[in-house]
Amino acid sequence: MKRERQLKGRRGRWLRHILTAHGLVSYIFLYFPIVVLVVFSFNASRYASAWRGFTLEWYVSLLQDAAIGAALKNSLIVAGGSTVISTVFGTMVALAMERYDFSGKLAFDSLLYLPIIIPDIVMAVMLLIFFVLAHAQLGLVTIIISHVAFNISFVAVVVRARLAYFDLSLEEAAQDLYANEWQTFARVTLPLIMPGILGGALLAFTLSIDDFVITFFTSGPGSSTLPLRIYSMVKLGVTPEINALSSFMLIVSMLLVLLSFVLRKGGEGEIEIV
Amino acid sequence: MKPRSRRDTWRLLVLIAPSLFWLLIFFLVPLVMVLVISFGQRGTYGGIVWDFTLSNYARFFDPLYLRIFGRTAGIALATTVICLVGGYPMAYFIATRPPRWRNTLLLLLMIPFWTNFLIRTYAWLLILRDQGLVNMVWTGAVHNLFLHLATAYPAATLFSSLAGLTSVPLELFGTNGAIIVGLVYAWLPDMVLPCYAAIERLDFSLVEAAQDLYANRVKSFLRVVLPLTMPGLVAGSVLVFIPALGAYVTPDLLGGAKSIMIGNVIYSQFMSARDYPFGSAISFVLMAIMLIATLIYFRLGSD
Amino acid sequence: MSEHAVELVRVDKHFGTVVAVDTVSLSIRNGEFYSLLGPSGCGKTTTLRLIAGFEMPTAGQVYIDGELQGETPPYRRPVNTVFQNYALFPHMSVFQNVAFGLEMRHVSKEVIQHSVFEVLEMVQLPGMERRRPGQLSGGQQQRVALARALVNHPKVLLLDEPLGALDLKLRKAMQLELKALQERVGITFIYVTHDQEEALTMSDRIAVMNKGQVLQIGTPEEIYERPASRFVADFIGETNFLEGKVAAVRNGEVAVEIGDALLVYAPLERDAVVGDTVVIAVRPEKISLSTTPEDPRALPGVVREVVYVGTDTRYLAELAGQVTVMVREQNLAEETARRLSAGTAVYVCWQPQSARLLRG
Repeated sequence: MKRERQLKGRRGRWLRHILTAHGLVSYIFLYFPIVVLVVFSFNASRYASAWRGFTLEWYVSLLQDAAIGAALKNSLIVAGGSTVISTVFGTMVALAMERYDFSGKLAFDSLLYLPIIIPDIVMAVMLLIFFVLAHAQLGLVTIIISHVAFNISFVAVVVRARLAYFDLSLEEAAQDLYANEWQTFARVTLPLIMPGILGGALLAFTLSIDDFVITFFTSGPGSSTLPLRIYSMVKLGVTPEINALSSFMLIVSMLLVLLSFVLRKGGEGEIEIV
Repeated sequence: MKPRSRRDTWRLLVLIAPSLFWLLIFFLVPLVMVLVISFGQRGTYGGIVWDFTLSNYARFFDPLYLRIFGRTAGIALATTVICLVGGYPMAYFIATRPPRWRNTLLLLLMIPFWTNFLIRTYAWLLILRDQGLVNMVWTGAVHNLFLHLATAYPAATLFSSLAGLTSVPLELFGTNGAIIVGLVYAWLPDMVLPCYAAIERLDFSLVEAAQDLYANRVKSFLRVVLPLTMPGLVAGSVLVFIPALGAYVTPDLLGGAKSIMIGNVIYSQFMSARDYPFGSAISFVLMAIMLIATLIYFRLGSD
Repeated sequence: MSEHAVELVRVDKHFGTVVAVDTVSLSIRNGEFYSLLGPSGCGKTTTLRLIAGFEMPTAGQVYIDGELQGETPPYRRPVNTVFQNYALFPHMSVFQNVAFGLEMRHVSKEVIQHSVFEVLEMVQLPGMERRRPGQLSGGQQQRVALARALVNHPKVLLLDEPLGALDLKLRKAMQLELKALQERVGITFIYVTHDQEEALTMSDRIAVMNKGQVLQIGTPEEIYERPASRFVADFIGETNFLEGKVAAVRNGEVAVEIGDALLVYAPLERDAVVGDTVVIAVRPEKISLSTTPEDPRALPGVVREVVYVGTDTRYLAELAGQVTVMVREQNLAEETARRLSAGTAVYVCWQPQSARLLRG
């Protein structure tokens, strides 16, 4: 006989109203800047800070901007490359951490968590020093290496969360039904943890395509990604093109988030918090 | 389980080898490098002179840097407190909705969270800068209103002085306040989610039990709800405080010359001053603070 | 002091379109052990929560000790609850849990100290003060929950299936202990349960509920021996239901024709006229089987199934190839068990006053 947990009685009512009002204001706070940004991206005025009518001009000029095209290409290469590598490695390590005990596991576990909690400016600095001292040519390769270094951890966390609920008797059942170890993995384990792997991959892709600080420190000439491009444009001054580019990126990431929720919902029906 | 056979051992090795390699070479080695370099010295032309000196750490006590550290800590603390005061009731609100609403509200909370950080900060630039949205309204509609009132009621000097006040833009951009707004905006979900998880897990029959035992609403909140959701609150605070302490993009875009934070100092040591040893020392201290905060969190969480 | 500890007058409780409690009226006397019995979802827990003050009635009045409660919040009502899952505060010790209510009422430290030790002694948990609820067994947690409520000396103690989480043996022991405790402290207990045996064992009176309504109120004997409706008869104990039409009414007795030409008799306890569709309810243990027609009213039949269940033997007997009745015979001696085998032709009979006439 579980019922809604609510503040009961007349006296609780004003508290309830305050709580609701606060929730509403908080959500407005979360979405207000996004709405402002998108609205401004359709503003016909270039200089004046007032509404001068609707236009798609800034989106059109985005399409014609070669530098943005190059940055988009770089972003996709970096995000795609780092996602593939970190998803494979992260899934492998998640399996190892969930299934085996070994000496030094605790130390390795801590190492695995560190990239998630370390401030990104510190990680950026570390990698810059490393690449400089290693005399590496800064560019797309160093950016991808850096992104994989933090994404492995995120993928591992998401896949491990999925593996933690895995019913081991399913694997035993498969082996009982004459599947060898590889067949068991390919036909039972992998399909069952696939939502977790896809969720991890989507997270890695999002983190990679959104990353600014670490990319900024590990990039070289000609390897500018979209966030880097936006940053240098912002530094030169606010323009409608930035608004258009930013709005475009916001919409794409929102679609990605929605997709990831749909994927995960298909998996377990409840939103899980990473 | 322990690897049972030689084949098991091989499988384990194959599974962890790539990640182990990657994290050792591209994370642990760089980390040690930062530590080593932080004891070195800056060369005349920006290179690193390998040495063992504590002078980089001693430079923290320069009043210039002490002030910056103090400001950074203050801004991070203010951000954490505001997120706490705003985020906890928000989490409570979400957790007490019917289940179908709860998932939608969580999704709505997480969508901005997963969108580009730089762009979200930039959006506040559009709102807060001198020609931004707030000042557009302030020097536009509000100013016009008072001008109008001043002409309509010439006797009321209040209106003309208000009209004068609204003729110049508010100084929002470039202040500590602007940075705090940007940081709260960026990290509010980090506070709400762990608080939500804690409140959602809370057995509400405990609240009823407290009320049954003569505790009124305030007392049952303070004695039962708050202590039982404390782990979520601590987790949220750590999750907000750490990134706020290491913020770079937010102060860089929304702050001015007078509101530099540690992140900006690190940046300039590497990108303009070319003083890698000093930059490394600051980074290392920042990381140490982060580690201590995390340990405190785990210690509290395990209780 | 009012004669009634708790009175509910035509109380309704709606949740949206769902009617959880439907015009319930109860008068619970001081010192009574009163059970609310019914299947899950029957509204018994909601009724208890209306008394505790966790829910406010949609209509009707709740009186505690003669006082109208209205919107009085739970923390101002002179009742305490033992929750179904105990709801012990996990972050407090046993002592702090038990002391909580007294502390909230600003009782002095010395008195709290004294009362807590006393009540823990009473529930046989001395020396457990400093443990956390998580370190206790289910039975011990149950005792802490009881102590936490009793220490406040409530006018009424509300118990929401308090033994539901315990295993069978422990539950039986706790039933007797609870009953003894209630007699000792003299506090009115309102006890919610879906376990009919538990209700019969412990209660002074029982209110049987279904679909938000109270169907019958009475002592355990009244409820068991004279169920007022088919639902009550079915929910409490085992019963054979024989459906049929009234064939004759005379001498305070009714004859009911079951199927084709089978006549069964029952006392005329409610209005019935010839032709009414009715149900006759007979408990299995009231029926006897014999191989010879000792009673003129005995019905001929055949044993179809024999099940040995230790204390007694259950037979399924088919009457005139039409209806099947269950019969329970106590195994008084080893040789009487399984005295009849399947296929044996028998005569089935019972005392007329053992049958109940119910609405069809």
